[in-house]
Amino acid sequence: MVPASWPCPLPGGGTSEEFALSCDAGRDHRLLIIPALFDEGNKLRRFTVEVMRRLELARIDSVLPDLPGCNESMLPLVIQNPAGWLDAMTSAARHFRATHVLGMRGGSLFTPKSLPAFHYAPVKAATILRQLVRARILSSREAGREENREALAETAVTRGITLAGYEIGPDFYRDFEPMVPDALPTVIGQDEVGGSGLWLRAEPDENGAQADALAALLTGALRA
Amino acid sequence: MPDQTDLLLRRILTDVLGLKPGQADTFDDDTGLFGHLPELDSMAVAGLLTELEDRLDIIIEDDEIEGEMLETYGGLLAFVEAKRGA
Repeated sequence: MVPASWPCPLPGGGTSEEFALSCDAGRDHRLLIIPALFDEGNKLRRFTVEVMRRLELARIDSVLPDLPGCNESMLPLVIQNPAGWLDAMTSAARHFRATHVLGMRGGSLFTPKSLPAFHYAPVKAATILRQLVRARILSSREAGREENREALAETAVTRGITLAGYEIGPDFYRDFEPMVPDALPTVIGQDEVGGSGLWLRAEPDENGAQADALAALLTGALRA
Repeated sequence: MPDQTDLLLRRILTDVLGLKPGQADTFDDDTGLFGHLPELDSMAVAGLLTELEDRLDIIIEDDEIEGEMLETYGGLLAFVEAKRGA
């Protein structure tokens, strides 16, 4: 597994070199993995990489690109929008010659339609936002400030909003909120992986048995 | 004898806090939660409440969330039981 980079298209033209974690031995099966979003991305990062290690042992290539504005990306998150993220993931798929794509949780909202896709425990954008807004209301209350959901949503679509430390621009919020995962991809539910989802954990955690299970499900499906 | 809501709540706390099986069985009404467990910060509480909504099929309004209900296991259980009975 090595660091790699790929040219990510910028909205105004040109490209920006973005980071990806890559297990690439030029094999026939090549899986692009779209990471989980925001706070869930942190909680599922290690699990995602553990799945990649197991795919490597099963002789399946995989690559985990950054979404622009996230992880190692030098681009500001606040100027991103969902259409740009989908373009970025489509470009990454092309650059790394992916044959299949896997969306982790909210990453399932950004799996390019041009490839056969798997969605691991997919989630609606509104559910992600609901939780982030609730966390903000709770932390504000702890700090002695009362905020309510309606006012925050209004601020979010007019001026943008910071949720759990993520600076989300108004265009992003407006276009992201109604997004739901496509119905076509193969859904891999948490019940198939076993145990409880690691995105639920208060602290990032790992689980070898779950990584084994998800990698085995993917390997079986890719080889079918 | 613990009822179904009690069991579900213990299971959800086990998932959110990453507890070992059986560890949540030791929780009693006075066991401290928010403000007592360092890992249970606002993001984790938001996750916990969303999971409660999903698994218990309830809706929790933001203005219903009070310090008292989150402070102890007994407080949270009483809130959830009232919600399910409503």
